[in-house]
Amino acid sequence: MSLSMTASSVPGPRKDPEVAARLGRRRKRADVIVRTLCMVATLLGIAFLISILLTLFVRGFTAMSPMVFTHSTAPPGSEGGLANAIVGSLIQATIGTAIGTPIGMLVGTYLAEYARGSKFGNVVRFVSDILLSAPSILIGLFVYQILVLPFGGFSGWAGVVALAIIVIPVVVRTTEDMLSLIPNTLREAVIGLGSPKWKMIVFVCWKSAMSGIITGILLAVARVAGETAPLLFTSLGNNTWSTDLSRPMASLPVTIYSFAGSPFEDWIALAWAGALIITLGVLSLNILARTVLRGRK
Amino acid sequence: MPVRRARGAGNIGDVIFEWACRGAAILVLALLGAIIVELFIAGLPAFRAFGLPFIWSTEWDPVQEVFGAGVSIYGTVVTSVLAIVLAVPLAFGVAFYLTELAPVWLKRPLGTAIELLAAVPSIIYGMWGFFVIVPAFATYLQPWIIDNIGELPLIGFLFQGAPFGTGIFMASFILAIMILPFIAATMRDVFDQVPPVYKESAYGLGATTWEVMRGVVLPYTRISVVGGVMLGLGRALGETMAVTFVIGNANRITTSLFGPGNTIASLVALEFGESETGSLKLASLLALGFILFVLSFIVLAVSRYLLRSRLKA
Repeated sequence: MSLSMTASSVPGPRKDPEVAARLGRRRKRADVIVRTLCMVATLLGIAFLISILLTLFVRGFTAMSPMVFTHSTAPPGSEGGLANAIVGSLIQATIGTAIGTPIGMLVGTYLAEYARGSKFGNVVRFVSDILLSAPSILIGLFVYQILVLPFGGFSGWAGVVALAIIVIPVVVRTTEDMLSLIPNTLREAVIGLGSPKWKMIVFVCWKSAMSGIITGILLAVARVAGETAPLLFTSLGNNTWSTDLSRPMASLPVTIYSFAGSPFEDWIALAWAGALIITLGVLSLNILARTVLRGRK
Repeated sequence: MPVRRARGAGNIGDVIFEWACRGAAILVLALLGAIIVELFIAGLPAFRAFGLPFIWSTEWDPVQEVFGAGVSIYGTVVTSVLAIVLAVPLAFGVAFYLTELAPVWLKRPLGTAIELLAAVPSIIYGMWGFFVIVPAFATYLQPWIIDNIGELPLIGFLFQGAPFGTGIFMASFILAIMILPFIAATMRDVFDQVPPVYKESAYGLGATTWEVMRGVVLPYTRISVVGGVMLGLGRALGETMAVTFVIGNANRITTSLFGPGNTIASLVALEFGESETGSLKLASLLALGFILFVLSFIVLAVSRYLLRSRLKA
């Protein structure tokens, strides 16, 4: 009874073909409008990326010359390049990643293999996720407080530590994700053969998850290579060639920052060259990371 | 599930390895704790000198040594919220297009392109914004907006002033582009997790794609969507380099969105180099850092909480 009542009490489209047609048209129109808007939104996103890349290519390539790679930064008006900044960035990003990666891997392993579902594990995972998204400028201020102030001045090491802190949560995330994908039957098989747990983790789990972990490391390098804010307060920057980590050290992003904000044409041009180098580097690392991961699947 | 140690007795390797892992985990906890404590201790002289009014005082006078966080907190919140307002509809469009509308062969390249947008370093956004977007906006769009929308009653005051290009609005705009890929990626992931049966039943009843999105996918995912938006907000709050380039850097609160301003992060980045060790100014900057940390911690924690179901899956 109730069924027939609802059917008759609802002014359904079946009763009046004209109303039904109008309603149908309105629904279709709304659908088309939303679809179009969504496509426009996506096109807009792509347009931003293309605009950034085009700007970098046009302005970066006109400023590019061998001198960019062979000369150190120089006062405006004289011949200068970015060699010290490029090398400084490479050194700091490499050592920072080298320090942060093992720590991040151990934490990720702890979360996936020892503390899955435990309260302590959840807290660590939460804290690591907070660190992953925390403003990087605060990491810089923190390292300034614990390393720069007490040990008498800005240094490459302080920059390295700041970058390592940024690397850790990135590696934690991917390591845990990748280890969670490994089926438990594999673990049981290894334990069943009488292997101790650490051997199971190192020689079986890490090995199976290796391509995923490498992806995480590549993404971490890409992330720290472009970081500017944490280096402002730690390695500061250096206008001369220096590979001494106990002294202030130049880096590409900080150099770009100070050059782009200057009133000198040749410095701004160099900043664009640097911006092109760093973006190409970061984007290729990202694409490489994606290829590594896809090769696994 | 973790596999229990099969033969623990006498296996020293296992003990060492487990403690190495646990030690690293404790280190991460200690790190976060140390960041909070260090920033608080470093900012203590400022909190002591100005008391609680430090948070809302709009004074920033290095000569008189009077400092307040009001302007930069205002700038941080306004630019971040405005960025969210601009970015969320766009991000929703992108995520909707990528999950439901795009042809299969386009999904991967488009998805990668959006993710690459997230990988571009912040300083590049700053340069691009300052040298490309700001001049274009100030020449073509801004004068028209000031002349037309600026004259309107009620909302007109938001769009008045001189067409400099830089300012609160430009900072929000660049921030919106930067957080767009993060929000879009989260939305895409949660949209993909809706069981196909739900969508198919709605389609079977004759619903259009938009109706399926509005009536099935969005209600099913709304908590995670809000979590993704909060994640974007957390990013926007602490963004430094891009904002420093385009916000105009002035320590005052203007009613117009086209007026200059600053954010906590941009103020710290700019003024840090000019502060002497041990000065009250440096302490004030570090106190600002502490406030920023508290702000982002709250936003990110809420985001994690809302996204927890997605993370478990």
